[in-house]
Amino acid sequence: MEKQAKADYALAPYRVLDLTDEKGFLCGKILGDQGADVIKLEKPMGDPGRRIGPFYRNIPDSEKSLYWFSYNNNKRSITLDIETSDGKELFKNIVKTADIIIESFSPGFMDQLGLGYLELSQLTEGKLVMTSITPFGQDGPYREYKASDIGIMAMSGCMKILGEPDRPPVRTSIPVSHMWAGSYAALGTLMALFHRQMTGEGQHVDVSMQASTAWAADTAPFYWEAEGTLANRVGNAIAGRSVHGAVMQAAYPCKDGYICWLIYGARAGAITNKEMVKWMDEKGMATDWLKEQDWDKFDPAKATQEDFDRIMGPVGEFLQTLTKAEFQEESVKRRIMGYPVSTTKDIMENPQLEARKIWQEVNHPELNDSITYPGSWVKMSKCSCDIRRRPPLIGEHNHEVYVKELGISENDLLMLKQRAII
Amino acid sequence: MAGKGIFEDVKILEFGQIVAGPLISTYLADYGAEVAHIESHKRPDQYRLYPPFKDNKPGINRGFDFAVYSHNKYGITLNLRHPKGVEVAKRVLKNWANVVVENFTPGVMKRLGLDYEELKKVKPDLIMLSSCNLGQTGPYAKHPGMGSHLTHLSGFTHLSGWPDRDPLILYGPYIDFIGVIYGTASLVSALEYRRRTGKGQYIDVAQLEGGVQFLSSAVLDYAVNGRIQGRQGNRCDYAAPHGAYPCKGEDRWCVIAAFTDNEWEALCRVMGEPAQTKDSKFSTFAGRKRNEEELNRVIAEWTSKLTAEEVMDKLQAVGVEGAVVKDMREMYEDPHLKNYLWAEMDHPEIGKYHVQMPPFKMSKIPIQLRMTSPGLGQHNEYVFKDLAGLSEKEYSELDQEGVFE
Repeated sequence: MEKQAKADYALAPYRVLDLTDEKGFLCGKILGDQGADVIKLEKPMGDPGRRIGPFYRNIPDSEKSLYWFSYNNNKRSITLDIETSDGKELFKNIVKTADIIIESFSPGFMDQLGLGYLELSQLTEGKLVMTSITPFGQDGPYREYKASDIGIMAMSGCMKILGEPDRPPVRTSIPVSHMWAGSYAALGTLMALFHRQMTGEGQHVDVSMQASTAWAADTAPFYWEAEGTLANRVGNAIAGRSVHGAVMQAAYPCKDGYICWLIYGARAGAITNKEMVKWMDEKGMATDWLKEQDWDKFDPAKATQEDFDRIMGPVGEFLQTLTKAEFQEESVKRRIMGYPVSTTKDIMENPQLEARKIWQEVNHPELNDSITYPGSWVKMSKCSCDIRRRPPLIGEHNHEVYVKELGISENDLLMLKQRAII
Repeated sequence: MAGKGIFEDVKILEFGQIVAGPLISTYLADYGAEVAHIESHKRPDQYRLYPPFKDNKPGINRGFDFAVYSHNKYGITLNLRHPKGVEVAKRVLKNWANVVVENFTPGVMKRLGLDYEELKKVKPDLIMLSSCNLGQTGPYAKHPGMGSHLTHLSGFTHLSGWPDRDPLILYGPYIDFIGVIYGTASLVSALEYRRRTGKGQYIDVAQLEGGVQFLSSAVLDYAVNGRIQGRQGNRCDYAAPHGAYPCKGEDRWCVIAAFTDNEWEALCRVMGEPAQTKDSKFSTFAGRKRNEEELNRVIAEWTSKLTAEEVMDKLQAVGVEGAVVKDMREMYEDPHLKNYLWAEMDHPEIGKYHVQMPPFKMSKIPIQLRMTSPGLGQHNEYVFKDLAGLSEKEYSELDQEGVFE
């Protein structure tokens, strides 16, 4: 990696207006982390997403939502009611200064206000990039359907393949579909921005949360098209890696939690399997069968359930004798594939993340405190990616944006505030 | 202009395999980039060897994973252990490529003499992206592992499942796909930066770090409140009911979620106001939360007499969230996913099948489907001769020396 002063941001010249709710917070954050000037437009009472927990010190308060904090750093906040005629006019003035708009209203909502892509695009000589994030996309029979995270997880196929066979399908316990959609929306926005910078032409990017999340179903659907079988939930295990339908356990209990260890073939699998058997043998826990295998030739795709069981039984017993840290340390030395199952505490104590300096202390003066955030998510030799601003207070930048940047008079700002437009 | 892609001047030389590197290039290829994917006969892309195979018959060109994730690419074979193999790779870069994407274990590209410092000498404005599990630097950088392992280290599996049961793996290399999104986003940003400044750069993407971003709110909960979030089944702190309920048919389920009193009351009306719902313990949100297990039984009694589609339609008609837990076949049949996810292609060995598109639609630029996934070394002559400019003589000499094995 080149060493040099990190002052450049890939998206520094661009302004983003962020009208999203929790479905799309992450989109604006990703653009902001790369240097874009992201202005969050909130309703005069504040974004409803500010009421989502967890909260700072468990105090429910619109200025203390840790959920909101997590995905809204590097944004400035202004308040505006775009459903009023004054608000619409003001919004159009802001749009003229913007390169990108991201929104997550129901399909057609912005059009009904006269603020759809076509109208706004005209205000920018066709240069505007507008990204819309909705549960099922702008078109199709479900376009008006309500869907929170669990509905998206269900309709994207992800729930069908997650869960215990004797219980209902489950979702991940935090709303990951918002992250899948928000990050894919950032990608679509960046592609459209690049195209615009090459050609001068903006466009509308229509992001489907369902399709975004369907990518997280991984290769599971392909079994239907390839061989006519339907992947289903198998608990703490992986199915589908063997043509004989053998199933392998994924996480094994250890002394202080769980360790993930999986059966692989090819070169990396051979090293792992050999080293694991060697390590177990040193502790007198390797079976003869394990010691007799030719791991260079072992191919899980052709293995039977009996083969898998002969590996999983003794490996499971061995892993029970270890702590997560012991496994981590030794597996690095021995080049064994496998990792501990992390809790959020483990993540914050992970030596690798620490060494990579991903944590950033962010000062929150109004809380009289600083909070540790995951900051950068990529290391680029010429461009920075980090947190420069803590998440904003409601309307914190009203004066800065409306008066200083848009040239609205102090009197007009006061009047608009009194009428609850700002 | 019709038919033109976004990335038509982007030429990617790709080292690596499976998902974490290759899918980044595929996303750009879907919007016009040209990509040459390097493999060797000794080490083909492992995704060629993973199930599922067409008709469950293994074969190097029959695997769906490779076919779905690596369309729109030239397939070339190059023996990078051969000193001349490395020279040829540099030649392809010099005469054709302007981006390198790789996802080997950290250190491998350097050992091969193909690290950024080296390649920059060949192409000064090169953008090179390395994607790996844990990053190129740090004490565990070289710890090998697959995405299916890493999804555990990154904290997702600890948060998936039931409080009284084991953590659940998210099917497979879940986190690879997160790394791919962040990787592609940073690559497009770097392309924009190069367009503006003329400067290339090196990008180090650690999938683990993308995963931590997704889990940021749970991480802050620990950082600030010391709370270690765990598995909650289908429960949600601010909704009740909130879960998956059994429906008519075998293993059929429908999701229902009510966040407000209005939604709860509408749900009760659709259920025909069963007597139990009149019970005072269900009349407030706090009551429904306190008696959630019983609440779930009342709702399951109603849903089990209906199909999942009926439950969804009845609830959506009154503005309540109902959703079918779609199975894998239904993913292909879904009227929205047909437009936002799947695209049909015709593969020489697999026949008609579907690839996955980036999950968004651009109003002015359609997706490009130029080629199905390549055979091993299928485009050697085109890439090495026509694009990289090797003469006929050079090519056949190198071929005889085993450089393209």
